This record gives sequence, C-alpha cells and structure tokens, in this order.
Amino acid sequence: MKRSVLLLTLGLALAALPAAAQERPVAFTGARLIPITSPPIENGVLVVQGGKIVAVGAAGSVRIPNDAEVHDVSGRVIMPGLVDTHSHIGGGSGGDRSSAMHPDVRILDAIDVRDESIQKAQAGGLTTVNIMPGSGHLMSGQTVYVKLRDGRTIYDLLYCKDVLNEICGGMKMANGTNPIGSSPFPGTRAKSAAIVRNKFVQAQEYREKIRRANGDPSKMPPRDLEMEALVQVLEGKRVVHFHTHRHDDILTAIRLQQEFGFRLVLQHASEAYRVVDEIAKAGVPTSIIVLDSPGGKLEAIDFSNESGAALEKAGVLVGYHTDDGITDSRFFLRSAAFGVRYGMSREAALYAMTMAGARMLGLDDRIGSLERGKDADFIVLSGDPLSTYTRVLQTWVEGVKVFDLNDPRDYIYAVGGRGAGVVTTYHHEGMEGH
Amino acid sequence: MKAIDILGKVAAPAAAAIGDAARGAAMRRGIGAAAAAAMLAFAPTALEAQIAVRGETVYTMAGPAIQDGVVLIGPNGKIERVGRASDVRIPDGYRTFTAKVVTPGLVDAHSVVGLAGYMNQEHDQDQLERSNAIQPELRAFDAYNARERLVEWLREHGVTTVHTGHGPGAVMSGQTMIVKTRGNNVGEAIVDSVTMVAMTIGPEVARNFNSRPGTTAKAIAMMRAEFLKAQEYARKREQARDGNAPARDLKMEILARVLSGEVPALITAHRAQDILAALRLQQEFGFKLVLDGAAESYELIDEIKAAGVPVIIHPTMARHSGSLQNATMETIRRLRDAGIQVALQSGYEGYVPKTRVVLFEAAMAAAYGLPFEQALASVTIDAARILGIADRVGSLERGKDGDVVLFDGDPFEHTTHVCIVIIEGQVVSDGCR
Repeated sequence: MKRSVLLLTLGLALAALPAAAQERPVAFTGARLIPITSPPIENGVLVVQGGKIVAVGAAGSVRIPNDAEVHDVSGRVIMPGLVDTHSHIGGGSGGDRSSAMHPDVRILDAIDVRDESIQKAQAGGLTTVNIMPGSGHLMSGQTVYVKLRDGRTIYDLLYCKDVLNEICGGMKMANGTNPIGSSPFPGTRAKSAAIVRNKFVQAQEYREKIRRANGDPSKMPPRDLEMEALVQVLEGKRVVHFHTHRHDDILTAIRLQQEFGFRLVLQHASEAYRVVDEIAKAGVPTSIIVLDSPGGKLEAIDFSNESGAALEKAGVLVGYHTDDGITDSRFFLRSAAFGVRYGMSREAALYAMTMAGARMLGLDDRIGSLERGKDADFIVLSGDPLSTYTRVLQTWVEGVKVFDLNDPRDYIYAVGGRGAGVVTTYHHEGMEGH
Repeated sequence: MKAIDILGKVAAPAAAAIGDAARGAAMRRGIGAAAAAAMLAFAPTALEAQIAVRGETVYTMAGPAIQDGVVLIGPNGKIERVGRASDVRIPDGYRTFTAKVVTPGLVDAHSVVGLAGYMNQEHDQDQLERSNAIQPELRAFDAYNARERLVEWLREHGVTTVHTGHGPGAVMSGQTMIVKTRGNNVGEAIVDSVTMVAMTIGPEVARNFNSRPGTTAKAIAMMRAEFLKAQEYARKREQARDGNAPARDLKMEILARVLSGEVPALITAHRAQDILAALRLQQEFGFKLVLDGAAESYELIDEIKAAGVPVIIHPTMARHSGSLQNATMETIRRLRDAGIQVALQSGYEGYVPKTRVVLFEAAMAAAYGLPFEQALASVTIDAARILGIADRVGSLERGKDGDVVLFDGDPFEHTTHVCIVIIEGQVVSDGCR
C-alpha cells in the first residue's frame, strides 16, 4: 500500500516536469482568439506560464513579459482545447459479460496511454476526454477524466491527484437495446429500469447505514465496492453519463435521475429533438454526436443532426462527443460546423466543443475557455474552426505542446499511414457494445 | 444514347428517338420497353422537365467554372445548354432556380446502399451472401430496394448516381450496378444493370466463411481455379458446334464476361500484399481491373500506375482499423498526383453510420490537401469515367443527363447546405439540408 502510494507520487512528479520546465512565459501574438466565454479578439495576445493562462487580450492591452518566448501566430486562430465527453481511446475495456451492473469496475485500470488513439486525439485538438467503458451493460463501470498530456503512465493523464482516494471520473450507464440480452442481462426495457432501481435502493440503504454509524467503525456496514461507487453517485460526487438513444429511453434516464437525485449527463440522445422540452425542464445537460447518416442500429434510425439546434433553443446545455471508435477524434472539430449546418448558433456550437463539456465533467473551473487562471490548454488552427479546410496545427496542454503538424512524428498521427495504425481499436465486444 | 435493359442487354437507341418524338408526353429512361410503359403514369410533365438553373458559380467539370452561369434542361431531361447567363437566354416557360454554387449531380463510385439497409437487421442486409465464398452470379438488381432510407439520404445530399450492389467480404460476392437515386423500384432507378463483379482479397474474407477460404492465399488459389474454369467454359462455348455447347452455368457465364473484358472485376484490397495479388491476377487472366478501397495503395504507386488500373479509394473518414490500419487521409491526393485515375466512394459500413456520403468524404479529402476541383471531380466526372458512364453523367454538358445540385455556398464547407437536387430534369429534393 505504502509502496504504491510512493510510486504514484513519483508518477505525479514526473507528470509535473514538463509543466515545471515551462516557467518561462510564452506569448502567442497576432492570432484571432476565441475565448468562448467572451467575444473573439482580433490580433490577440495569449500569455501562458507555469501551465496556466496568465493573460488574454487584444494586442496593446496585454503586457508581454520581457523574458517571454514569443510565437508569432498571425493569421491563425486560437481557441481552447476541445473537450470530448464520451470516448473510448486508450484501448481499455470495462465491465465483462458476468453481470449487467459493474459500478465497481474502473476503466482507469485498463488504459494504455501509449495507444495510438491518444496521439490521434491530440492531433484532433482534444485536450480533455472522458474515457468511458462500453455501453453493453446497464452500468459498464467508472469513467475517467483525462488530460491529454504526453504521459508515460495513466497517472500522468489523470485529473484526480490521489487515485486511491479521490473520484477520478463519472459512472457509465446505458439503456435501450445495448444492455439487453440473455441472462444475466435484462430482456426488456422495463426490466432494465427495475434492475437499476433495485441497485440504487440498495445503495440508499447502504448510505443510510453509513449515516447511522456516524463515524463509529464498529457500526459501519462491510465495505462493498459497488455500493461505495453508487453512494458517490447518490451524493452527486460522481456524475452519471447515460448512453441513451430513443426518446422514451431518454425519459427513462431522466425519471431515474429524478427518483434518485444523481447528477446526469445524457450521452448520444439520438432522438433528443423529440423531447427537448422534457430535457430542458429536467435541466439535464446533453452531449450529442455528429453522424453522417441515420441508422446502423435500430435505435439510431431516427437520429438527427438537428438535435443540437433544438436543444440550444430549448435552453439545454449541449455538448459534443466523438464516441471515438464510432467517430475519429481527428474529425471532432467537424461537430461544431455540423451543429451550425443544422441550425445551431455559431457561439453555441463552439461552446458545445469546449465549455459545455467542461461543465458536464465538472471541470469548468480549470478548462473550457481562454481565461486568466485557467489551464493553458488550447489549439492553434489554420483558420476558422467551422471551416472544413481548417487544420489543427498545434495542440497545447498546460503550456506544453503535445502536437505539432509540422513535426513528422506527429504528422503521421494526424493523417495516418504505416506506423500510425491501431491493430485493434476496439478491445471490448466489438462495435455492438455501442 | 446507350440504353441498357434490366436483363443486361444493350438496347437500340430507339428509346431516345421515341422520347424525342413524344416530347412533352413521356421521358424514356434506360430500361426495357415494358418497364418504360409501366412507368408512364409517373412520367414528368413537360413543365417539370423544362428547367433553368442559374448559379453564381457553376462547376461544369468540363472546363473552367463559369461565373454567373446557366444550365438549361430540356423536356427530355437532358441538358440543352450550359453557358454564361449573358450568353444564354432562358426560354419562356422554364422553371428557374438560382443558387450560389451549382455542380453536376454527385456520383458515388462504390456503395452498398439499397442492398445494405439502414436498420442493420438481418432482413435488410443483402450485400453479402455467406452460403458460399464465390457467387459472382448474384445480381445486384435482384436485391435493390429503391425506397431504402439511405438511398433517399444520399439523394438529399446531392448524390444522384450510385454504383451499388454486392459488397466486399466474399472472394466473389456478386454483381454491381449503377442507379440513379430515384424511383420507386429498380426499373425506374437503373442506369446500368451489370457494371462490375465485386471481389475481395483480404483477411476479412476468411472471417465471413466457416470452411473455405481460411486464409488469403487459399482465397487467391480459389479465384485462380475459378477463372481457369471460366476460361475453359468460354473456350468450349466458342468452339461449340450444334448440340455440344456446354450446359448453361450462371457463374461461368458472368466470369466469361469478366475474362472477355466486357465486365470489369472490382477487387477490394486494402493491404499492400492484397493489392499486389489483385494486380497479379489481372496480369494472369487479363481482365479489366478496378481497384477498390486500396488503403495501402500509396505504397504501390509505381505498380498501380504501370498496370494502368483505376482506383476507387476508401472514404477519407473510413475507420483506420483492421485492413485499413495504415490508411491515410492523403491517399487520394498522392495517387492523383502520380497520374492514377481515382474516385471516392461511400463504401460499406457495418455499423453506425450505416452509410457515408461522398460529398462529406470529398470535403475531407480537400481538407487534407486535395485541390478543390480535383476533390469535386473525384465525386463527379472522374467517378463517372471509371464507371464508364461519363457519356451520361458527371459533368454539365449539352446532351448529358440533367442531374444538377444547388448549394448555398462552397459545397465542401460543412456549414453549406444542399438545397435542391435535380435528376433528369425532375426536382427530387427541395429544401436546404
């Protein structure tokens, strides 16, 4: 135990190295800045130091420190690093086929940070990702929020500092057809809901026992990994990321949320456009995906790229995700343009790629916008983020450049080629788990 | 006009003559006379077919783009004139549409829409028959569902012509055909009933079949054996005198047409060794080859160029996994730069999304460095040339089909909409998407 903590500390120390090396301020001048939480700035200046943003503003209004390393990025566009609320990069698998419920299973125990999918995500301009276990279960396991630093181990990528004691991500849940199957999986939608409700009722009782123990170890219930994670969910400390497609399944997810009071983010919500008022009334953030065509599975036949606009109009916090595997992280920026194509405002579409995701993961105090004091996570683009022709030129995480299109070692991950391939992009039960 | 009926026979050009004679009454399509007669009830009126499209920029794909151009489509659904608005008078009674950008109807060089349905359930998946790995006798038009949602989806996104049929995954999976993305049945949609025979070389084949082939090398041996049989069949048929012709064999008949060069082999091969195997087979048996997918083709540019083989490249956004693990977003550009004939395709998707859209794939190819007009050509005239239908579609030129797409901006910008789609003078999709 002590030993693993020691190793962990070592890992964190190594992770801190690149950021520590960036004590000298770095200034980016001449670019159009899109801070997201404030209007765009033409000919802006962005100054970062120690992994944080120290100044953002128009040229002339921001003092560039004398010792700063200055990057002239005239004609480029800088915006915050993209936040993907739902991805499967890193090649990990969550729960297995032994049960429909795996609240105790952690995806962070299974991620390979050297998997090429992570470098490809950096090439796509992603800087924060919610890596999830699959959706072939009612509860596939605990998700993990990662920062796409260049890392040696998973510890280098985590948001949480103490992996043994902190909550490092959310909880993946799913309804509809993916979790349905032969025993021990439910056979119907109503049974799916009943299994989940029973589990949450148990967790409520477990929490009550802990409350009654009032700190007395002799009165505490025996440790139960499933119950412990679900108590975190009940207490709103662990966000539920709920894979759901059909309009009725969306309402079921909301009903469960209302009964048990957890924090909920709807993921996919393919038919969200049919129940936007209900989603708005429940105040549930919704993360959607851009797809090139409907169908491919029965639940997605009525999928529409118009959900983004419908959710925006209804006042719902709307974000985007790749479901990487399903869509490639390198095309993630396209989501915003498709949102606009199908009726979203430009501002909401860009917000959806950054701040909305940050809020859904509860990380908006650190990331999601270009603001003084926030993490220096940003991307340098060749042009407007909504243009097809725009390329991600550089990706910076906490003041460290993790992707540069001009670097041949990075270029291959941006466009593909021999050496950039992933032998098995999907390690869990094929695509059907989605 | 070369009209091909549903039985694959080339019909006399009479259909066009009748069409001209009956101007305003009915438009004959490239299908058999019986089917044409049955279609009369759906034939467009003259008014519908007389259309003028005016665009701020008209990409004709037959010469430089025209600023402030006009395309006139006559009552027979054919393009009458293309030119500058200042030079072309729009005749009275023509319905006029205007747009920022006008292109030819898009041509999807290889798809499975109409056979692989959007529900992705057993009952709507007809692109791959698994009872035997070699079934070139399977005909696409016996399985095409013209009302499939994905056909409509492609049409709404400006795709007016699709080369579709049996998909990759078998040693020889069946025949392909070309359709327009309209009509209530295959007869109303068809342009060419037997276009190519779809074959696949790659590790995915062995996974689809229980017994044979179990390896790619075995699959190639099986292909060679089948071609040898077909050579023998063709020889016997040719030398046959009264009464001693070989018994009809549907499999041998279509392979004999492949061997004679009448019907090209469309070989899906992604890995370098599989592409080389396809080229080797072509050298051994002398058939016409169209390479398909070809993820690692950028490593064999000299060989492909020497073989003079066109390549229908995988979608730009295809997943880089399995046989495509070394795919790149730049392959089409690299091949085109080397002078190889290329086109893009929507391909086959086993899951979500169930089809890709060549408009988006060409846009991504442009994003990764393929010049704009080359990207547009890869889903219009270049695709039409590889498919052998450039006399009818792929560019806006007098005498060609009146297939036109109207955009409210740069077609490749994701924020641009496809607003009107016209097939042979009929508005088949209206409303910006």
